[in-house]
Amino acid sequence: MADALLEIEGVSKRFGGVIASDAISLTVPKGELHAVIGPNGAGKTTLIAQLAGEITPNAGRIRFDGLDVTALPVDRRSQLGLARSFQITSLFLDFTALDNVALAVQAHAGHSFRFWRNARREPQLRDPARAALARVGLAGRADVIVSKLSHGEHRQLEIAMALATSPRMLLLDEPTAGMGPEESARMVKTLRELKGELTILLIEHDMEAVFALADRITVLVYGRIIASGAPEAIRANAEVREAYLGEQEAAHG
Amino acid sequence: MLYLLEQCLNGIQLGMLLFLLAAGLTLIFGIMDLVNLAHGSLYMLGAYFAATFAALTDSFLAAVGLGLLATLVAGMVLEVIAIRPLYGRDHLDHVLGTFGLLLFFNELVRLIWGPAGLTLSLPPEMLTAVQVLPGIYYPLYRLVIILATLAVALLLYALVMRTRIGMLIRAGASNREMAGALGVNIKLLYTLVFGLGAALAGFAGMMQAPLSFVQIGMGENILILAFVVIIIGGIGSIRGAFVAAIMVGIIDTIGRAFLPDLMRHFVSYSAGSSAGPALSSMLIYTLMAAVLVFRPEGLFPAAQR
Amino acid sequence: MSVPLTPRNALVAGVIGILALVPIYAAAGGNTFMISLFTRIVILAIAAVSLNLIMGFGGMVSFGHAAYLGIGGYAVGILAKEGVNSGFLQWPLAVAASALFAVTVGALSLRTRGVYFIMITLAFAQMVYYVAIGLDRYGGDDGMTIYKRSQFGGVIDLSNKTAFYYLCLALLLAAIYLVWRLVHSRFGMVIQGARSNERRMRAIGFPTYRYKLLCFVFAGMLCGLAGALLANHTDFISPALMHWTRSGDLIVMAVLGGMGTVFGPVIGALALLVLEEALSGITQYSQIILGPLFLLVVLFARGGIDGLLVGGRHG
Repeated sequence: MADALLEIEGVSKRFGGVIASDAISLTVPKGELHAVIGPNGAGKTTLIAQLAGEITPNAGRIRFDGLDVTALPVDRRSQLGLARSFQITSLFLDFTALDNVALAVQAHAGHSFRFWRNARREPQLRDPARAALARVGLAGRADVIVSKLSHGEHRQLEIAMALATSPRMLLLDEPTAGMGPEESARMVKTLRELKGELTILLIEHDMEAVFALADRITVLVYGRIIASGAPEAIRANAEVREAYLGEQEAAHG
Repeated sequence: MLYLLEQCLNGIQLGMLLFLLAAGLTLIFGIMDLVNLAHGSLYMLGAYFAATFAALTDSFLAAVGLGLLATLVAGMVLEVIAIRPLYGRDHLDHVLGTFGLLLFFNELVRLIWGPAGLTLSLPPEMLTAVQVLPGIYYPLYRLVIILATLAVALLLYALVMRTRIGMLIRAGASNREMAGALGVNIKLLYTLVFGLGAALAGFAGMMQAPLSFVQIGMGENILILAFVVIIIGGIGSIRGAFVAAIMVGIIDTIGRAFLPDLMRHFVSYSAGSSAGPALSSMLIYTLMAAVLVFRPEGLFPAAQR
Repeated sequence: MSVPLTPRNALVAGVIGILALVPIYAAAGGNTFMISLFTRIVILAIAAVSLNLIMGFGGMVSFGHAAYLGIGGYAVGILAKEGVNSGFLQWPLAVAASALFAVTVGALSLRTRGVYFIMITLAFAQMVYYVAIGLDRYGGDDGMTIYKRSQFGGVIDLSNKTAFYYLCLALLLAAIYLVWRLVHSRFGMVIQGARSNERRMRAIGFPTYRYKLLCFVFAGMLCGLAGALLANHTDFISPALMHWTRSGDLIVMAVLGGMGTVFGPVIGALALLVLEEALSGITQYSQIILGPLFLLVVLFARGGIDGLLVGGRHG
């Protein structure tokens, strides 16, 4: 595929006796919003961790924009434009929101062996950081210490930080986790604005959000892909309904 | 050759003492996630207790028995009063708090027993040498240390692997919340484990005491050696502590005994005399560095971490 | 740039004022002991400031920082013994030797984290301690007197107590300024980010290891300079310079003053050493009070003196 941005080929990972990823193959073309869904313990977060470089797969290859990144460490992948957000919020809690995002900007503004100028007074770091905050609706909260922000604001900040690394692809691990309906709606709005502009791999439990946003959906069960396709096809897929969607609907009903 | 064998045995003997300290440290770290700099103080207290009881009872065995009991109690009291509030704090807090305790114990010992130090003498029947191999004699007491410590190591192994308390210890190590939910009294368990670690350290102190001198700060240098043992063996692993302790004991002893001479032979007499002692004291740290390069988690990384 | 009058700033100004006036006060009272005590305080404050750079800002708890005091001190002492008295040679070599040691220890220990890091730094410092004991030519266990202080070709005479004190004070203030610039620079943001959340730092694209290593080396160099000063101050070097309890003392100073503030360690050094001096005047068993005091600081005043002033960062 000529315009494939992310290509996953036969990626497998086992922890002891547990198979977390079972020969996963998946291609995400440029500009697509690709959702990965599946029940708890299906290995979704393990997959993202392997894509981001925190976990090395036992087998298989990961290619980003044609480059084999399977062996690259986390920070090198980030430099290539592969940004991730964390399912469990992972921020610099004792810094302000703006500092958090400015650090992400700084990470992609050349090396940081600069010892003299006050980084908090550098417009080339602060301005893009403010812009990223504004995009996720946190412009007014820039100077608040992060530990004082609400959970929903933390999730927005996660996205802002990923954006601030000027990525080509976002790996989002349950951006709406633990959010109320209102915050959730705002996150979906943010993601919709990003869609098309960036390639996104989205892990999400909120089926409403997934079907509203995704171009394509992959269903993961016990580390294995059981279906992959357009949202309508996934919705109609009997195996998926049985393995996953069915139980969701049953739970809702 | 004779000398080499003797030094090897000395090395094993030092290694066994190191193991007693390291096992307690690593147990306490593995289960309570606590870094305890005051562990060496318990080694010192053990020696002081034993020396005091020996003077009172005139019996070496009674002194060791009573000394062990006293160190166990001291360790448990210490845990309840001063260590318990440190659980769950970060490691810097542990280091600072237990550093304060160490200074406190050094001064307390000086206040109670005076600055001069004590001696713990052996019963006469221990002062002989036994024939370990045809024509090779070795001090009986050092042999007793090796055997006694080996017995303690086996007991410890059996305790952790085979008994209910050991099961609790392992449960605590892998999942403290679950152990709490299962109705295990975590507080009591922690106090017992700390007391056990204290008794192990105290035992090492009183075993060493007849070979050297009972004095203030005697536990500090050996504590740092025990840290080296843990770094090499892997934190939280009793087996790793055992293997690494023997390694460190033998390498340190052999190095000190032979390296200066070797250097005199192969480099120059003056180089051997002046740099030999300095270099031989670097040996185990070089070993530690090598382990860190190739296996940053130690030789036997504990499975659960 | 105006400086607001907060309790913290008032305290900093007050401490600098006191430090600046010490020689004048001492001269007026003919009190040479006082100037000696304060020279020591100022030198150890430099060491504590350097430790605070890696520990307070970088989250790297080094329990081997006194090793650099020893390396810096021995560099001066060994060179003096071999007939090299020029400070222009001695001091840069003291700093360079410290840098070399820091690169080695840092490269190994920064691959690990948490409690491993604490124990490894402690162990390597102990190695240097034993090496010093083994150096028979340079006094071995007993140490060695330095008969001639570092010579600076007539620029400054270090055997003049007042001149030496002011030199140390100037170096302390320079060190504080440098650290202050450093922690607010891009480099400093990386260091602080790595303390706060290293995993995230790597996820946003920072290769944190090399930044932390360089920071570790900076701190070692600064402390090596303090070691060179200390050897000149006492005219003596011995393994006791780098006894591991001194590394503990440096940690106490950094924490006592308030970690993560640039000036905190100065206040910590001042508080600890003055307290030690005062206690030793009352009882010969001063550690029996100091030891539990450290524990109490850990339990109840973790923000140190600075935390008490601004109302407790750690609650």
